[in-house]
Amino acid sequence: MAKKILTEYINVPGIDTFEVYRKHGGYTAVEKALKTMTPEEVVEEAKKSGVRGRGGAGFPMGMKWSFLAKPEGVPRYLVCNADESEPGTFKDHYLMKMIPHLLIEGMIVSSFALGANKSFIYVRGELMYVIRILERAIEEAKEKGFLGKNILGTGYDLELVVQPGGGAYICGEETALLESLEGKRGNPRNKPPFPAIKGLYQSPTVVNNVESISNMPWIINNGGDAYAAIGVGRSTGTKLISASGHIRKPGVYEIELGVSVDEFLNSDEYCGGVRDGHYLKALVAGGSSVPILPAHLITKTANGEDRLMTYESLSDGGFATGTMLGSGGFIVFDETSCIVRNTWNFSRFYHHESCGQCSPCREGTGWMEKVLHRLEHGHGSMHDIDLLVDISKKIEGNTICPLGDAAAWPVASAIRHFREEFEWHVTHPQEATRPGAVYMGSAALV
Amino acid sequence: MEETKPTLFKITFDGIEVEVEPGTTIMQAARKIAEADRSNDALVPPAMCYYEPLKGTGGKCRACLVKVTQGSAKDTRPMPKLVPSCITQVQDGMVVENTTNPAVLEARKGVVEFLLINHPLDCPVCDQAGECHLQDFAYEHGAAKTRYEEERRTFDRHDLGPYIQLHMTRCILCYRCVFTADQITNKRVHGVMHRGDAAEISTYIEKAIDNDFSGNVIDVCPVGALTDKTYRFKNRVWFTKPVDAHRDCPTCSGNVTLWYRGEEVIRVTARKNEWGEVKEFICNTCRFEKKNTSDWTIEGPTKVLRSSVISANKYRADLVKKPDFALKLADSQYKPIEDSREFVTDQDKIRQLSIENNDKANHRSQLAEKN
Amino acid sequence: MTEAPNTVAFTPERLAKAKEIIARYPEGRQKSALLPLLHLAQEQWGWVSPEVMDYVADLLSILPIEVYEVATFYTMFHLDPVGKHVIEYCRTGPCCLMGGEDVYGYLREKLGVEAGQTTADGKFTVKEVECLAACGWGPVFQIREKYYMNLTRERVDEIIDELSK
Repeated sequence: MAKKILTEYINVPGIDTFEVYRKHGGYTAVEKALKTMTPEEVVEEAKKSGVRGRGGAGFPMGMKWSFLAKPEGVPRYLVCNADESEPGTFKDHYLMKMIPHLLIEGMIVSSFALGANKSFIYVRGELMYVIRILERAIEEAKEKGFLGKNILGTGYDLELVVQPGGGAYICGEETALLESLEGKRGNPRNKPPFPAIKGLYQSPTVVNNVESISNMPWIINNGGDAYAAIGVGRSTGTKLISASGHIRKPGVYEIELGVSVDEFLNSDEYCGGVRDGHYLKALVAGGSSVPILPAHLITKTANGEDRLMTYESLSDGGFATGTMLGSGGFIVFDETSCIVRNTWNFSRFYHHESCGQCSPCREGTGWMEKVLHRLEHGHGSMHDIDLLVDISKKIEGNTICPLGDAAAWPVASAIRHFREEFEWHVTHPQEATRPGAVYMGSAALV
Repeated sequence: MEETKPTLFKITFDGIEVEVEPGTTIMQAARKIAEADRSNDALVPPAMCYYEPLKGTGGKCRACLVKVTQGSAKDTRPMPKLVPSCITQVQDGMVVENTTNPAVLEARKGVVEFLLINHPLDCPVCDQAGECHLQDFAYEHGAAKTRYEEERRTFDRHDLGPYIQLHMTRCILCYRCVFTADQITNKRVHGVMHRGDAAEISTYIEKAIDNDFSGNVIDVCPVGALTDKTYRFKNRVWFTKPVDAHRDCPTCSGNVTLWYRGEEVIRVTARKNEWGEVKEFICNTCRFEKKNTSDWTIEGPTKVLRSSVISANKYRADLVKKPDFALKLADSQYKPIEDSREFVTDQDKIRQLSIENNDKANHRSQLAEKN
Repeated sequence: MTEAPNTVAFTPERLAKAKEIIARYPEGRQKSALLPLLHLAQEQWGWVSPEVMDYVADLLSILPIEVYEVATFYTMFHLDPVGKHVIEYCRTGPCCLMGGEDVYGYLREKLGVEAGQTTADGKFTVKEVECLAACGWGPVFQIREKYYMNLTRERVDEIIDELSK
């Protein structure tokens, strides 16, 4: 069995209560960190672990922590990003509802490391029931002396606040999240200044994903080096993968980074293979934003090497033949899926979720959606396909925040790998619009 | 005097070296180059949302993106992405490419296109025409045809009261008017509602924007989204003559520009600098209530940029003085512009004209495509 | 007659809760309580009317426009009256792969409404939303705080029948 850091006890009955969580080694990391370590030592362990941001960007968490400005007399904040909204990703939702104390323990340890006395967990508003689970868990932890004033008699104070969002994907972008937390529209900020210098309430702030923070208790208990020993190269530790789409066993799986894509997709321990009677057509490996891959580039890289579930291996070949691990939203498409329809669907998502602040994203996402809608519904022309590529290029890299890139990549990659299918929609509009009809002639299917 | 000279940063912008104070943005440095030598005006990145007098503006429209090919003397690496010049501060030894970089020009062309796809192109009935930054931006950086075949976005109408006319379809969401209301009025009642391409300037509930300085949102608007209701359809800007004037005003500085048509003051605005930015914000009384020459002390004709459409009339044959060849040329080429058309004030008619014009624009672009 | 603006007020329990929420944030940062308070308001009134928004602005000592800007930005807040049960179904890719379009089509047909509409009896409002972070358990919809997952036509029948009682 693969090493489990986050989900080892997740199915233990009652693990969402303090008692049961404590019985399974819960909150020992808080005791260890607060009583025997300095904040600098905790940061050092995080650095040693090599754990990278699990929200999608993959930036080393310890390094992010070390950028935090520490001016005298100014409060510092830790904000947990639980705004999980990337299509294909539902791991944080699962983790928080099943084992809320893990995140809370991680928040205490991390807040201590950063010298924060008030920390926030920003949860997407739709997950109100998870917010209530977290709030109850926080109450329990407070009763037991793990939160509040003078925690465990160490003199360290921490207050945890769970903040609901209001329905906006863009608030997963860290500066938009901070704006939202300040009670404003979720418009991302121009950077610099980065949150580490001027974040929440213009104070130095670290924003980390739920899964990243949830790794901290294990790292404190076992050491950063032990964490770094798991995985391959710079992809250390384990990763939660949200598996969805046409597979036999959708769900959230914890993998050791370095498992092959083939094993993850086909073994019974994980996805269990493509659903019965069907075969693989395409894969989105890291949430809807990352480039889609055709079947022949999924389990092998362009060089014929096994593709692994790591940051590096998935991006092998760049955007020409690779993709990204992103947030670990693993969406599998079998041969019954229409790539054009799916691209339109994703495009509609980004159109709907654009904050509207900067012109390329505000106008470009809508334009792409409309053109894709036309193509999907049999009213497209050949030059629409090139137009889409051109629009995506004019958005990519030119926006305030990464939503522009996230909207551009799925469109550009779908056309890169499935151009024939787009063309078929133009040349065979009647067949293409027949319900359930899917282009079957793609070379990518071989 | 004591010497407290700060260390200056030396930067290279499109091959021109300039020394600026730390904290200066790339845009400000470029403007400094142009101010020193007006022949460099065209090097300055266009600003559609940035507005120096208003804190916090900029970074949104992406019109002013430039390429930083060297971050600083210390760190000579290029910046990976194009950066908004209006909010990016210079570093010593920074090298910036604007008009000399093809990627910048391509991105800028993209921004023009994005700003225009949902724009009604109703310039023929728009009061802003002739002094519209979007017109200038499109003319200088855009393509001659559109690739947009979809339906253009429309909004429900909102009435902002007796002074300010809102045409949301023309808005490019620069947020300048929001910053204006925040920074120079005491209680903001309008803002940006909704999001994405449905975002709109609105008061949400029907309510007039009503305070002593509300009229300034008209001056800061780069397009015809917010215009002066008291000047509505009165004239075209190129037929009018701007004159600087002042009055003793208890509320504001009283320094304004009067816009004459013949002997009649048809509009009052704040004075603007060469970048189209208001120098001093003026009050609504000066702007909307004082339309008689007798209300004002006239200072003289407003200095108009040569590029401005207002200066077009100086080519009128009957106004050209010397030399002789110019007189002859003007005589043969330029006719005095007369505006004897009746004023359209009927809302439905205007709307209809706007729609027709939009259709024509789409039609024209299709023809262009075919040719 | 519709409720006059000055009669809009939280119930005593919710007002106490609102005060508790406002106290969570640092001094002078009470605006941070805006989203939680809008949720609280929607819990009480079902939607957020301009009067309710003005009331919230008053509680937080901020301008009404600041509330309007925020409430219209976030999709969870209903700006118009809604039915007793608001069914918000996820229309994004992964749910559609799992047969979402068929199930949602069936739902709309069963209730006789299009997305964004309310049934004539005022019982159900159907809204399309984007990804609800439950992709592996799709198709999914949400009614108030509850998630309904792995939906099929049969499950839709059961749920609607149950709620119709």
